[in-house]
Amino acid sequence: MMSEGEAYPLEQFRKTYFEECAELLDVLQANLELLAAGAGSEETLHAIFRAVHSIKGGAGAFGFSSLVAFSHVFESLLDALREQKVDATPDVTQLLLRASDALADIVNAARSERALPIDFASDILTGMEEALAGASGATAAASATSGIEPVAAHAAVKGERSYRVVFTPHTEMLQKANEPLLLVRQLRKLGGLTVDVDMSRLPAFEVLEPEAAYLSWTFVLETGAPQSAIHEVFEFVEDDCDLLIEPLQQAAEAVSAAPTANATEAAPAVAAAAEPSATVAPTPSQSIRVDVDKVDRLVNLVGELVITQAMLTEQGSLLPVDQYPAMIQGIEALAQSARELQESVMAIRAQPVKSVFARMPRVVRDLAATLGKEVKIVTSGEMTEIDKTVIEQLNDPLTHMIRNALDHGIESPDDRVAAGKPRQGTIHLSAAQRSGRIVIEVSDDGRGLNREKVLAKARDRGLVAPGVNPSEEEIDNLIFLPAFSTADVVSNISGRGVGMDVVKRNVQALGGRISVQSRFGAGSRFTMSLPLTLAVVDGMVVSVGKETFIVPLTAIIESLRPQPADINPVVGRGDVLALRGEYLPLTYLHSSFAIESAVTDPCQGIVIIVQTEGAGRIGVVVDELLGQQQVVVKSLEANYDAVDGISGATILGNGRVALILDVARLREIGDKPGMRMTKPARETTSEVREDMNHAA
Amino acid sequence: MAKRILAVDDSKTMRDMVSFTLKKAGFEVAEAEDGKAALNVLGGGKFDLIITDLNMPNMDGISLIKNVRSGSSHRAVPILILTTESDGTKKADGKAAGATGWLVKPFSPDKLIELIQRVCP
Repeated sequence: MMSEGEAYPLEQFRKTYFEECAELLDVLQANLELLAAGAGSEETLHAIFRAVHSIKGGAGAFGFSSLVAFSHVFESLLDALREQKVDATPDVTQLLLRASDALADIVNAARSERALPIDFASDILTGMEEALAGASGATAAASATSGIEPVAAHAAVKGERSYRVVFTPHTEMLQKANEPLLLVRQLRKLGGLTVDVDMSRLPAFEVLEPEAAYLSWTFVLETGAPQSAIHEVFEFVEDDCDLLIEPLQQAAEAVSAAPTANATEAAPAVAAAAEPSATVAPTPSQSIRVDVDKVDRLVNLVGELVITQAMLTEQGSLLPVDQYPAMIQGIEALAQSARELQESVMAIRAQPVKSVFARMPRVVRDLAATLGKEVKIVTSGEMTEIDKTVIEQLNDPLTHMIRNALDHGIESPDDRVAAGKPRQGTIHLSAAQRSGRIVIEVSDDGRGLNREKVLAKARDRGLVAPGVNPSEEEIDNLIFLPAFSTADVVSNISGRGVGMDVVKRNVQALGGRISVQSRFGAGSRFTMSLPLTLAVVDGMVVSVGKETFIVPLTAIIESLRPQPADINPVVGRGDVLALRGEYLPLTYLHSSFAIESAVTDPCQGIVIIVQTEGAGRIGVVVDELLGQQQVVVKSLEANYDAVDGISGATILGNGRVALILDVARLREIGDKPGMRMTKPARETTSEVREDMNHAA
Repeated sequence: MAKRILAVDDSKTMRDMVSFTLKKAGFEVAEAEDGKAALNVLGGGKFDLIITDLNMPNMDGISLIKNVRSGSSHRAVPILILTTESDGTKKADGKAAGATGWLVKPFSPDKLIELIQRVCP
């Protein structure tokens, strides 16, 4: 094993290995999908083989024996497929897919140092072995010991013995860079050696080929080492020479170490070497591998830089232009460079959504089989790039949306035929970049939302008040309300108490929005719009008293200054704002965060209408809107402590800390005065500022 | 002067481990992730030994060996192949293409160093 030696940074290697495994498993999965879809080429199979092969190779080095054993059989089957000893029938592809899942589990177990049950995936193993057994000749490879070089059997030979070794290289042996002198030296390490060289094959100088071997040797070796040790010396050249090794003293025994005369094999080597090198066009490596931590650090540093730059810009704007033209020009250039630098750095962390999309066909196929539906998935825009931090959190909502489309959207084959549609339903998954955001759509050609049913159910549950007639769009979006399920029967697929409201919450946690368009009988389309990154937020800067807050722009619907007649107190609910026939509860920031000398009358200040998850739309009362700007998000937890109602902080151009509002939580804080911040906001911001300064 | 070795493997884990072992033993090591990249690296300098995996994308180990042996710059340099196959076919293929010797994965650092000294002292 490679684990020997104290200074071995094994942890580091392990880390790299598992990172690599994750990539390889993705490659494996993606290519198996291709294969299963019948869209695979020869290279698909090669790529699959290489992935398993590499996983096995590393596993051996770390001593993950069950991983080695499993991947060995897997690899053997793939090899047999490659050699067309086994056909890629649907059964076999299915087996490979299951094997790839099992492999992922075994890798995960190895990573977390968990033990798997002894019979884990034994059915798959058996299945693969049986498939292999079907292919004549391949069986032996599968049952062979897992790639470990048999240890040379050291015969218990005590005392010295003499051997005669006759070594006659084939003429082309030297072309493989095997050096006879080194073999001689190696032999001498074993014991006393006498050498006799035979130069009889040496031709006249003018016809001598400098790269051909003409000499041969006869050695007499006295050694305590077993005969196998002598064979080992010649291990690499056995096929390229005539070799005779015989014990001298007990000639009677004549352990005939059969001279391996295979002059017939001489030709191919030369022929192969003569192949023209047409493919030598060197292509430089196009990518490097960088630790995510390093990139994150870079992103943070650039964030700091942008803040400093904003500060300078603000100070610079106070300077008289005629006196400091160069200074002001410099500040402008800095602003430009800082912005470009920030974009470039963010681009490093961007990854194509492909890694998430690639998992979806699997979800569809498995679920379609469970539900007895026929569904195909079409993806597009997989190469659209999005920040890694967003990608990591995209999987759950996306999987849920796909499951939802399959479970509730696509009809059973018979129903589809009855409705005049093809038996097979289609789910389209697409990604695109639109005006600085990523838009991901999941559409299906299923039954669509039944608005009457949705509305009836919503009324039933008191989600829509009697007498209110929501628009079609509003009805469709009712399904995002908590605990709303349109399935007649609560299925174990997507009706597990996890509804579209969870998807919505996940998406909003990413600073995104989700909506649905649907036509009854024709299908639905869910549209998710996400920010390109979580590190920068577009925010509205607002003031409350002497404090400054950031309200994420994605949450803001509109801002207005109401008329006194629009504000109505409701007993037990606080104030509500009448807006176009709707009543929105008002949350006063100054009271939520105990800020003194703020505007208390909404008609003197501004009401920002924001969309929250649980409580629908609410009005947030602030003093003033100061402007809109991009802010770099700093974690509050990392620098201070989590504060309810605040999702993070940022440093403004004037050097002041502004807290970023978690609008989702605002209403709840407003509802429960006991949950309010116990400290006045001013105290918090100054503490945070201090902490951040310490951290910086 | 330290011997220069080129380690070719598509697995970063393997490259790292081989490279670490060799550097610790005082060799100078360059890495390449496939045959094409390896040829490119070989084009940029002189190496005393090549250690290569066989299964790689773009250009596999066999093609790499054939290319090296038919080229001019490194045709006489020892080439060791890394293989997980304990059966002889891969070794034979590698040998036929012009490999000097082989090493069966997994291997110990000592074994690797010993082997290198055998073909390239």
